[in-house]
Amino acid sequence: MGWDAGDIVATMSVTSPDSLDAALAALADNPAAHVLAGGTDMMVELNFGRRSPAPVVSVGRIPELRGIDVDRSARFVRLGAAVTFSEFLASEAASQAPALAQAARTVGSLQIRNAGTFGGNLATCSPAGDTLPVLVALSATVELASRDGRRRVPVEEFMVGPKRSALKPGEIVAGVTVPIIDGWQGFATVGTRNAMVIAVCNAALVVDRHDRSVRLAMGSVGPTILRAPEAESVAARMLFGAEPTSARADLLVEFERRASAAVSPIDDQRSTADYRRHAVGVIARRLLDRASREMP
Amino acid sequence: MRAASTTTTTSTSTSSAGAATVAPTEPVTGGLGDSPLRPDGALKVQGRFAFSSDDRVDAMLHGATLRSPHAAARIVRIDIAPALAITGVRAVLTASDVPGTLTYGLIDDDQPVLADGVVRYQGEPVALVAADHPETARRALGSIVVEWEPLPVVADPDDVIAGTARELHPRGNVFRRQDVACGDQELVGEVRVEGTYEIGMQDQAFLGLEAALGIPDPDGAGVELFVATQWLHEDRKQLSACLGLAPERVRLTLSGVGGAFGGREDLSLQVHTALLALHTRRPVRMQYTREESFFGHVHRHPATIWMRHHADRDGTLRRVEARMVFDGGAYASTSHAVLFNAITHAQGPYRCLNATVEGWAVRTNNPPCGAMRGFGVVQACFAHESQMDRLAEACGLDPVEVRLRNAMVTGDRLITGQVVDSVAPVERCIRETVALPMPPDGPGGDAADPRLLPGGVGLTTDAAHVRRGVGFGVSIKNLMYSEGFDDYSTARCRLADGVATLKFATAEVGQGFVTLAQQIARTRLGVSDVVLEPIDTSIDSSGSTSASRQTWMSGGAVDAACRAVRSRLLDAVAQRHSIEVEALEIVGTDVVSADGSLRVPVTEASAGLVIDESAHYRHRPTVEPDAQGQGDSHVAFAFVAHRAVVDVDPELGLVRVVQIATAQDVGVALNPLSVRGQIEGGIAQGLGLAVMEEIVVRDGIIRNPSFTDYLLPTALDAPEVVVSLVEEYEPLAARGQGSRRAAVHIGNTGDRCRDPQRDRAPDRPYAGATPGHLRMTTGPRLHLWEVVVDCAEPAVLAAFYAGLCGCEPHRFDDEWYWIEPASRGGGVADAGGPRIAFQRVPEPKVGKVRLHLDLGTDDLEGAVRRAVSLGAGRLGDPVTDAAGSFVVLADPEGHEFCVVTE
Repeated sequence: MGWDAGDIVATMSVTSPDSLDAALAALADNPAAHVLAGGTDMMVELNFGRRSPAPVVSVGRIPELRGIDVDRSARFVRLGAAVTFSEFLASEAASQAPALAQAARTVGSLQIRNAGTFGGNLATCSPAGDTLPVLVALSATVELASRDGRRRVPVEEFMVGPKRSALKPGEIVAGVTVPIIDGWQGFATVGTRNAMVIAVCNAALVVDRHDRSVRLAMGSVGPTILRAPEAESVAARMLFGAEPTSARADLLVEFERRASAAVSPIDDQRSTADYRRHAVGVIARRLLDRASREMP
Repeated sequence: MRAASTTTTTSTSTSSAGAATVAPTEPVTGGLGDSPLRPDGALKVQGRFAFSSDDRVDAMLHGATLRSPHAAARIVRIDIAPALAITGVRAVLTASDVPGTLTYGLIDDDQPVLADGVVRYQGEPVALVAADHPETARRALGSIVVEWEPLPVVADPDDVIAGTARELHPRGNVFRRQDVACGDQELVGEVRVEGTYEIGMQDQAFLGLEAALGIPDPDGAGVELFVATQWLHEDRKQLSACLGLAPERVRLTLSGVGGAFGGREDLSLQVHTALLALHTRRPVRMQYTREESFFGHVHRHPATIWMRHHADRDGTLRRVEARMVFDGGAYASTSHAVLFNAITHAQGPYRCLNATVEGWAVRTNNPPCGAMRGFGVVQACFAHESQMDRLAEACGLDPVEVRLRNAMVTGDRLITGQVVDSVAPVERCIRETVALPMPPDGPGGDAADPRLLPGGVGLTTDAAHVRRGVGFGVSIKNLMYSEGFDDYSTARCRLADGVATLKFATAEVGQGFVTLAQQIARTRLGVSDVVLEPIDTSIDSSGSTSASRQTWMSGGAVDAACRAVRSRLLDAVAQRHSIEVEALEIVGTDVVSADGSLRVPVTEASAGLVIDESAHYRHRPTVEPDAQGQGDSHVAFAFVAHRAVVDVDPELGLVRVVQIATAQDVGVALNPLSVRGQIEGGIAQGLGLAVMEEIVVRDGIIRNPSFTDYLLPTALDAPEVVVSLVEEYEPLAARGQGSRRAAVHIGNTGDRCRDPQRDRAPDRPYAGATPGHLRMTTGPRLHLWEVVVDCAEPAVLAAFYAGLCGCEPHRFDDEWYWIEPASRGGGVADAGGPRIAFQRVPEPKVGKVRLHLDLGTDDLEGAVRRAVSLGAGRLGDPVTDAAGSFVVLADPEGHEFCVVTE
């Protein structure tokens, strides 16, 4: 037996605009509406009753948000907000941002990766968001669009707190631009089981040979993704300085110490602050170790 | 052993094994010993199986439950008027609407159907709503006004035991206090090992959520309930009492069950659904969400178990001491029986004549706990197997060797005094487990695939970070209900025109009984077509699908009914052909005579006949234990050995369980594929408990009621499972009607995977695994255990050093005292750190000691003053060197020691 239409007392209005302009207009008309992309976060919230079934603007099928562009001469990859993790992994863009591919591969299960999107990961803005540390370490830029126009914000500035972003009412994430960087990059994430798990902590390390710098970004260890400039300087010294090989072990330990010192984790049902601080230092050190071994 | 009794007297035929002289023309396929596929398997994999949540009828209403947000509170006022005012809301019920008894329960009926003025756990049902639409019902719940007065939350079982907790329930705060004591209560072994073990609260996590459909009788004086449960007749008993109806006015039919694991033994939404249906005179459907399910059924008891094992130096177990504290949560459920299982399995599958066990199951404001796969034995197993590892270490034995040395055999006594007269192939299980092949790849697996490493695709771990550990665990688990309970089973068999029809009320919860019942009928009757009637309360009880009992018990009942039918069929053939019935047997699909002169297909022999027989099946009686826990309280036992190969990233505490090898005492495998399926499932559940699954409860509030944060093992976490079935015929069951048991589960073994030296399950990464905790596969591992001081007066010296270090002196006997001072690196006093022991020796001290104690302090002069005040002599002034400052002193017997700055 199905439900009679007359029985349905709570309705949920879903708009599926076929262009970005139409979506922005719908949002401008109803700034309280939820933006739905892959739904992998929103449906969980709905199931828990944490969101009322307010009006929804579904952007997952808007062509302008679905593009994957690789520009080798200008050295960037652009991902539309509605690009799924699976689509990215199957594209040539994945090889241009290998750490981002590693992070995308850790998102949920195959089914979740088929639905979840980069725009959704950004807009949800969870400190545990799998791709966010990589986007920060790669110095990616978020494109935001509203009926009033577009603006670009560095990912680091886009995130302002746990599940809080720089998005204004009526504004949506349109895409993200990721520089193609010459140098080693890698990602690692710790979970209580080996797949399909929300990160206890994660980290991305990006080595930029062009300006001889190293960027470390860590997630789930603070209110936003955290950088560790003092650790980064140690890493740059190790990879680009004239340090003797014998100093390598000490530098790795120092890098780990500084990475751990840069975070401000909390105790919750998934882990403890102490473990997070310890573990994020370990994976940061291992990333740097891998970088030093694998760099040509 | 009480034999099965059938409703008509039948002459007992010779056993089928004795008639094998005549070859079958056509062997029965899908009989006992074959592995016919279960009918629900493909449907479930394809998503086409009808679970109870798929039950629907026209014009039904949707029920919903208002639950307490508090772990403990008084209900000052409930106002349901705003909910009733909502269009589409058909009923809002509270405690005052319960027509029969307000409370229910499996053993003690202490749990309210709806909270009556007070709530005792978070999620306790307070009110019910029935509405035309689930969303309307949900909104109505939100509009019910409840004024709460929060009460102090009792979350720590120790507060209950200490008597400092407020009384939580008129029936008191202790569900059960039971000892088991046998043999020499004072015996002290040459070797003693002890530890305190914690087991977390585990969820059954069955995939088919609680759901029921209630349909009222037209006259409103009865109700029919379609529900996923483990025991229809027990549900009916409790339901009819709460509804104030005669049991026959409450009819239950088993709906599609998506797993149970003990979580459907207690009532959840049964009374609620029936109440709403009777009240509205409309069909009512209720279904829990996953989140609600965490609050809607009982869980595995969290437990704290202290154990001390006494043994001879060669590892022979002499005495077990244990204190077990089980947190039963807010209501009794089966805490009473779970505790009994735990304390009576404290010795494990080992010979041990002396035991002192103290058991507590107490009430708190935590979620109610009750049955879950293993039923108390899991907690005991985790403790006794951790102890066996410690014992092996203390005796310098291999962990396997110490287990073999103590392995129980048939004829040994349990600590309850009961003789294990069932087969007890413990040694064989251990030896066959050891003989199973180890994983082909070394630590870290086949390097290229990160999924084979701890941390998986999270890329935390390189092969170089991995160390491999191997752990062993052996277990004993009782079968059937204990303590004098008569958990009989009933079945009916009808044979007509070559088709057998079976009727029973045995709940099929995914364990495969419907497949097995058909196998039994095929083998006994030589038929290929076996029809199963609906599983409902229109036949007598088959007991619960729990306690590893249905293959034995309901299998026994089906077997007995089929044999009775066969006997009458053979009588009819004998009469028709004027042959002695003793000469007839069913071989394959034919009725044949011993001399081969007659061969009639069963289909032909049964044409035109309707033979209908029913049978009850009972196991031998058991008794309630005495105050010392003594008595033949259990029916029978099964045994299992496990070997876990685990790759560990010690620095991060991440693991990958590479392989579980197991040899299991399964009786005779009646459906080998099904047995293997149960073994693999049990291992997955044990692995979950060992390394990741835990309901995290803080101050009575569940912190992770979702599969986002309550983590179950995924396929990627599941290890290779290598199985050896140890098949030894079970004479106990054979003395009945020839039914044989198959291992129904092995959830009783806490797979001790991550780290054999850790004392907590689950041992999640943030619990802080370190390399020192890992037992490596090669080479002995040594650590500082204690420093022994030879002396004349151990008591005096222990008191002196204890006073100096601010810890407790411990007496073993007059000859041996020890202390456990705080130690460097953050080790606190009396918490299992290195000891200083004092033993009495006859010879005096001569000359300067050649091994002295340095006691660290941050206050050198203060420490020296305290030492002198306790009887020390000061032998010099402070000396400062590169390492710091120190003062040399002499203890009351003249042993030189130093106090040093850290």
